[in-house]
Amino acid sequence: MGTTRITAEPGMPFIDIEREFDAPRELLFRAHTDPELIAQWLGPAKYRMQVERLDVRDGGSWRFVHFDDRGNESGFRGVFHGEPSVDGILQTWEFEGFPGHVSLESLVFDERDGRTTLRIHAVYQSVEDRDGLIASGMEGGMNEGYARLDALVGRLARVA
Amino acid sequence: MTGDRLTVVFGALADPTRRAILARLTEGDATVAELAAPFRISQPAVSRHLKVLEQAGLISRRRRATANLSHLEAEPLRDATAWLEHYRELWDERFARLDELLVTLQSPGVGDAGVTGAGPGIDGGPDHGDDADHG
Repeated sequence: MGTTRITAEPGMPFIDIEREFDAPRELLFRAHTDPELIAQWLGPAKYRMQVERLDVRDGGSWRFVHFDDRGNESGFRGVFHGEPSVDGILQTWEFEGFPGHVSLESLVFDERDGRTTLRIHAVYQSVEDRDGLIASGMEGGMNEGYARLDALVGRLARVA
Repeated sequence: MTGDRLTVVFGALADPTRRAILARLTEGDATVAELAAPFRISQPAVSRHLKVLEQAGLISRRRRATANLSHLEAEPLRDATAWLEHYRELWDERFARLDELLVTLQSPGVGDAGVTGAGPGIDGGPDHGDDADHG
């Protein structure tokens, strides 16, 4: 299957993600905008994902919640800018546990010969925001992120 | 809380001079004078960078005779790159599920109701066959 390419240049507050899919872009768009479909793939494997709101229109908002097996929840939310379409989606993205650190994500669905390349370009307010959000694994759920953070802090404490 | 520690590590890595110092230290321990040599900055400026790196746990320093030797502490650096790799794996898993969903959506005779029902059952597909023939 496709290879996921992630580019995160040092010192630049961007992340680029690229992946090719064996499907037309209409289906990619549906998988991103149908609440029942997006819940089947977007959430981290170990968590249950609930789509609380997904108002697919210019100015519409979305909110997703991840539940871990101990019932802890992590909320994510954002707003669509411009009409989401098979060409792409422009939206804000915010982890509610880290409020104010909002990023801007553009998703482009580029179809050729029945195959579609998805390109995600995420812009953060600072390099620290970008690195902090990746490093703490917030996309993977907070507890997992904190566990890794605790392990690192433990090592740092021993080194210092 | 712990987030402050994280900010310190990534703040230390955000500066290009400090990354160059870390790169030099991968070749072996070095004195302040040796570390300052490739840069157009003073030894006190290099010392300030070393202090930031030391506070982040990325280097340690010890006195050898009259010189202060800096030593690379690789583990926090490995962790920093491992996180990006973990992030990539997370998207890989996610996109593998999307692949399976897209196959289901394109199967003849599968309507919306069928797709919804397929949810939990489509995890853990065994097909890795396509990986071998690249290029």
